[in-house]
Amino acid sequence: MEDFKPFFTNPFASPIDAIPLLSEDLFWDKVILAVNEEQFRVLSLFSASLKQTWQIWIVLGNDATGLIKVGRFRVVDNAYTSRTELLSCIHLFEREIYEQSGILPRNHPWLKPVRSPHQSACSQMDFYSIEGEDIHEVAVGPVHAGIIEPGHFRFQCYGEKVGHLEISLGYQHRGVEKALLGMPKANHLKQVEALCGDSTTAHSTCYAQNMEALTGIKISEKEALIRAILLELERIANHVGDIGALSGDVAFLTTASYCGKLRGNILNLTAQITGNRFGRGGICIGGTRYDIDYALAQTLKTQLKALQPKIMGAIELFFRSPSVLDRLEKTGIIPQEWVMAYGFTGLVAKASNCLRDVRTSYPYGSYIDRDLKTSLEKSGDVFARAKVRKEEILICFELVQTLLKELEMIAHVQIQKQQNTALPAEYFSFSMSEGWRGGVAHTIITDDKGDIQRYKVVDPSFFNWTALSLAMRDGQISDFPLCNKSFNLSYCGFDL
Amino acid sequence: MFFILKERWIQGYNTSAFPKVAPILSPRFVGTPQIKGACATNCTACKDICPSDAIKLETKPMIDLGRCIFCKDCEDVCEEGVISFSNEYRLAQTSREALHVSGEIEHIGMLVKREIRALFGRSLQLRQISAGGCNACEADLNVLGTPTYDLARFGISFAASPRHSDGIIVTGPINEHMREPLLRTYEAISEPKIVIASGACAISGGIFHANDVCSQGLDTLLHVDLYIPGCPPHPYTTLHALLNYLGKL
Repeated sequence: MEDFKPFFTNPFASPIDAIPLLSEDLFWDKVILAVNEEQFRVLSLFSASLKQTWQIWIVLGNDATGLIKVGRFRVVDNAYTSRTELLSCIHLFEREIYEQSGILPRNHPWLKPVRSPHQSACSQMDFYSIEGEDIHEVAVGPVHAGIIEPGHFRFQCYGEKVGHLEISLGYQHRGVEKALLGMPKANHLKQVEALCGDSTTAHSTCYAQNMEALTGIKISEKEALIRAILLELERIANHVGDIGALSGDVAFLTTASYCGKLRGNILNLTAQITGNRFGRGGICIGGTRYDIDYALAQTLKTQLKALQPKIMGAIELFFRSPSVLDRLEKTGIIPQEWVMAYGFTGLVAKASNCLRDVRTSYPYGSYIDRDLKTSLEKSGDVFARAKVRKEEILICFELVQTLLKELEMIAHVQIQKQQNTALPAEYFSFSMSEGWRGGVAHTIITDDKGDIQRYKVVDPSFFNWTALSLAMRDGQISDFPLCNKSFNLSYCGFDL
Repeated sequence: MFFILKERWIQGYNTSAFPKVAPILSPRFVGTPQIKGACATNCTACKDICPSDAIKLETKPMIDLGRCIFCKDCEDVCEEGVISFSNEYRLAQTSREALHVSGEIEHIGMLVKREIRALFGRSLQLRQISAGGCNACEADLNVLGTPTYDLARFGISFAASPRHSDGIIVTGPINEHMREPLLRTYEAISEPKIVIASGACAISGGIFHANDVCSQGLDTLLHVDLYIPGCPPHPYTTLHALLNYLGKL
């Protein structure tokens, strides 16, 4: 019997023909079986136009075994039967498919636009509303009060109590997926770096890994180490910044000030490697752009060592203050069942006792054969998400020190120059990396000339915005800033 | 309380002495380029590699810092060593043309105008609008509020409402979906008001300039008073720009 094609590595590339084309019903039966019975989760689901026919592709991953399965089916008459009611985790994917390609998921429960904040050609933007004499509606955005990206939030409230929060995004849509099509160009990597500015390394690693898988380039051990160092520094910087911001949102300004400043110190470490505080230009196809020599590795180690007690001290202050803990605990709870049902990922999943980490489940580059410590919390509230960040910062400090130590051993090795990137025709490739918010997944499909026919990006925010919306239910509207910050999701990573 | 005081003692005083003391940046920081010497005949390597189409070639390259993302790819491919980037972080200009670099490094002079200084010199409240910004520009504007830079000590701060603001600071390539919210926020500010474009995207569309849903920069919509180049601009670049524009250096 025809089945999905299994893959055992991250990243991987395969000729399109090797991936069986199933019938619609068989495809969905397999997906539902894999997700409901075999502990797989949906990593990516998208439409692609191949040889003038629309196909729907799925990438499933099993976090326990690291097995990845890929399947596809041909769309007949520009429509198929929606499976959102059987699989909640694909609700956004199905809407996205409709918006991007016009393929109708029949009987989808609520086919509202994903990235068109207003009414779009393909569907109506009706806001959900609760009726009743005492119900009031609060609309926030798109331009917010802080220095932050735009998005629209709509609360249905009964007094202070929130009945429902609807999140309407798309204001940041820059057409990145479309811009990445065609012949690979220098501009593509730069757009990927700016796909989600605070996760530059996570996204550019994914892009580079895909290109390397397609062209068969192997990167050296040293380059893999530098990539991992950049990625972990990105994680520390953002986690420190987030704890500072959470602290600001509960009006505990001491930690907010220290963490704001200390986050900058970590960004400056990244700037010592790549010249840019966000790691722009750090990663290129076939390796890394900037080298870390012995002297720089030593400097980084010393500076990290000096920063660690300051960062942990500032964070400890936050966690030992009862007035802070009172605000964090039992606010914005995400139970584990929701993580399973909606496919929440990364930090949100870890805070609800569900380990979803690409580095341990689908190891790549320097993470292969590395015994990585992970951090899990059970309560699923704002406290848990803050605590996971704190633990991850500690783990990352240790990890970066280890990575730098390993790098010192091979500091004399020269990094390679960028290599030619002509892509093979009719190939499919998939790559993941673990950004600080969670797993980032990129997919490439090439056409018969070796040009990119489809580029699909899945940012962890794509899954996790739903979590914020659910976390606010029955909460207080005054808890929103705190809840929002505990997720700190990307607008442009979602809007693409 | 004891732990808070103890921690304050450990963390120490963190505010930089800028502008009295020049900041120490990473030796790999990429700032103003300089163009020196003669190009090889018919060489178009720098123009071809530039990811944001920031280079125009006539007799020698001209780099548009409003579009440049400071990736240094052109320096790497230039075999004649015509293009070289310096560590100069003072990049902002008040006119678009002044961002075109085709010679040696000129230090940026005073940008202040008398009426601007009189109006906003003692207090400037800015409304930030992200119009397709990737959150790098936004993050490095946010950082100006931290103790290191402490923007408020210069009388400058970010206001929550356009009604309380003296101007806007825009990031991102002004994509289609944000054009109207941007203009409506601008209209909500009372006159006189200033407009600042921060980062390559806001100045010219940057790396997104060719995408069909992005614009060619803020000055296609509004008159821009101050351009701050970078991808994203370094916080010190922004701080220097603001202080220079207000005559506070």
